[in-house]
Amino acid sequence: MTVDAHTARDAELVQLLTPEGERLEHPDYPLNLSDQQLRELYRDLVIVRALDLESVALTRRGELGLWPSLLGQEAAQIGSGRALGAADMVFPTYREHGVAYCRGLPWLDILKLFRGVNHAGWDPKEFGFHLYTIVIGSQTLHATGYAMGIQRDAHAIAEKGETAIGDAALAYFGDGATSQGDVNESFVWAAVYNAPLVFFCQNNQWAISEPLERQTRIPLYRRAQGFGFPGVRVDGNDVLACLAVTRRALDRARTGEGPSLIEAFTYRMGAHTTTDDPTRYRHSDELEAWKLKDPIARVKAYLSRTGLANAAFFEEVEAQVAEAVVELRAACLALPDPPPQAIFQHVYAAPHRLLEEEQAAYETYLAGFHD
Amino acid sequence: MTEVTAPQTQAREAGTQTLTMAKALNAGLRRAMEDDAKVVLMGEDIGKLGGVFRITDGLQRDFGEGRVIDTPLAESGIVGTAIGMALRGYRPVCEIQFDGFVFPAADQIITQLAKMRLRSLGKVELPVVVRIPCGGGIGAVEHHSESPEAYFAHTAGLRVVACANPVDAYWMIQQAIACPDPVIFFEPKRRYWDKAVVDPEVPAAPMGDARVVREGTDATLLAYGPMVKTCLEAAEADERSLEVVDLRSLSPLDTETLFASVRKTGRCVVVHEAPVFGGLGGEIAARVTESCFYHLEAPVLRVGGFATPYPASRLEDHYLPDLDRILDAVDRTCAW
Repeated sequence: MTVDAHTARDAELVQLLTPEGERLEHPDYPLNLSDQQLRELYRDLVIVRALDLESVALTRRGELGLWPSLLGQEAAQIGSGRALGAADMVFPTYREHGVAYCRGLPWLDILKLFRGVNHAGWDPKEFGFHLYTIVIGSQTLHATGYAMGIQRDAHAIAEKGETAIGDAALAYFGDGATSQGDVNESFVWAAVYNAPLVFFCQNNQWAISEPLERQTRIPLYRRAQGFGFPGVRVDGNDVLACLAVTRRALDRARTGEGPSLIEAFTYRMGAHTTTDDPTRYRHSDELEAWKLKDPIARVKAYLSRTGLANAAFFEEVEAQVAEAVVELRAACLALPDPPPQAIFQHVYAAPHRLLEEEQAAYETYLAGFHD
Repeated sequence: MTEVTAPQTQAREAGTQTLTMAKALNAGLRRAMEDDAKVVLMGEDIGKLGGVFRITDGLQRDFGEGRVIDTPLAESGIVGTAIGMALRGYRPVCEIQFDGFVFPAADQIITQLAKMRLRSLGKVELPVVVRIPCGGGIGAVEHHSESPEAYFAHTAGLRVVACANPVDAYWMIQQAIACPDPVIFFEPKRRYWDKAVVDPEVPAAPMGDARVVREGTDATLLAYGPMVKTCLEAAEADERSLEVVDLRSLSPLDTETLFASVRKTGRCVVVHEAPVFGGLGGEIAARVTESCFYHLEAPVLRVGGFATPYPASRLEDHYLPDLDRILDAVDRTCAW
């Protein structure tokens, strides 16, 4: 068994901020952020973690049916999410709450899905953020087809003598998904059509209880080479590195250089979902080791040490977070159940005989009850 | 190649002409692509080769590689990327090379294509057509002669249709492409070479409507796709007055037309190539029984394939419903 797949060797890991909060430079990934931008990244990370923890708590109270926590993966999501342009389209799994946050999608819309009010419901075009996809890896093909559409749009615009915006698609998936046929098919498609697409794999080391070595014998980013496009491994707990690496990959996509694979080497600190019990399959010392690489602590250390933020800023963020959490809980509890007619709505765009018949019959049946 | 495609190019201007079902589908696809620049075709071997059945013959030459896309060899990839293209505003038409190869794409069709509109509360539309050459009778090897329509008809969110003749083929493929919902489009491959007069100015009935293709009074034969012609032949060969109804749409069913026919004749035989057990015939029989009970002189009977995988081609004449098996069922229902 190779050990490369599950140890992040320094030589191959892109890192711009160490766990101790030291700023590093990387020749291929220069990053210049303003002080304000650095502080905002910290705010994003803290808010997203807090809303995620609150969502776990809501599940424990029986208000949500399930919650896939992003705990530990905040930097991978905020870093990549903040690299996106307004016209780009994201194809997420079901754990990209941090990316959704970056795209302006209200957290409550995500809760509706996990509360069972609907199966998603937001408008992907409005947010540049497609619906959550629960079947593992399916969305990578949707992202590839969408990117092929971008190419065709650009071609049509060029024929008119105009310049296309150069938008791109970004597909998220996990380490487990790399075993799926669809992900491998999407690699083939994206490569042969040179699609403007970034594959962003959050390798959080575990696919429910299956460890990384059950998915691969080589580091995941190296798989890209076999398909004919570049792959890079980035410290997934380093928000700056995730931002820089994703920006570079998106630039490649926009300028016609084709797809890239980013492997964000990170760790799922919580359970797979709230129905899972990680103590049955992994050692607590593994968790303790990853806690030392916490994505938020290192940004706070960096901001404090360099004087980019002071105590007042951290307090302000904390107050904002406390308010957001209270608001989220109240909004979740206030979500009404949909009316029974909602079962029949939005299945088809055009009228459908069978559905109309069944809806009418069920409404008649319901009307037969006394209130 | 010029000889093959020239008549279709003229189809619209030249008016009425005699076309095989294969050519009619080609002409229908061509017209849809001319009318809407967002229509793109995706599939294996559909470009230079024109598809293994030549349904897309000449289209890549005339519309380019950007619109007639020769894909890598992976069915899930074809449907999955078609979904993505549709999300970007295109109207993809996927070709699955043979019925038995649709199963690798079944996940994308059933878990994604069928459900995405509902999941988005109507904000996403997926006008994707999945064309599937279906059924047996051409002496093919295994996996090349199946009838998987019941799987898809059982999946809410899809529309499932089957054409039975060149006129419907020409119009229904255009209707399927224009439809805002995903459509699984079955083409009976052994009827690809049947000819009929197609008038590009006179549209066929809407895609969702069934059609009485032969009037009769003694019993109703309900069929679709390849079995419509077989049922018509059986009706012609029989002395009794048999009505033949082409379902055309398998999901949703045009039950009104079916029920009207059964109420008139009082007897009903459902005929399809797919195995009888768990097939559409059972669904139709149940609905006819529920709605036409007092008009029925006999139980609804079904004629179809056996509860076996599709047999080797030297046995397919036994497996596929033929005139004798259909008329045997008519004998039984009339003797009740």
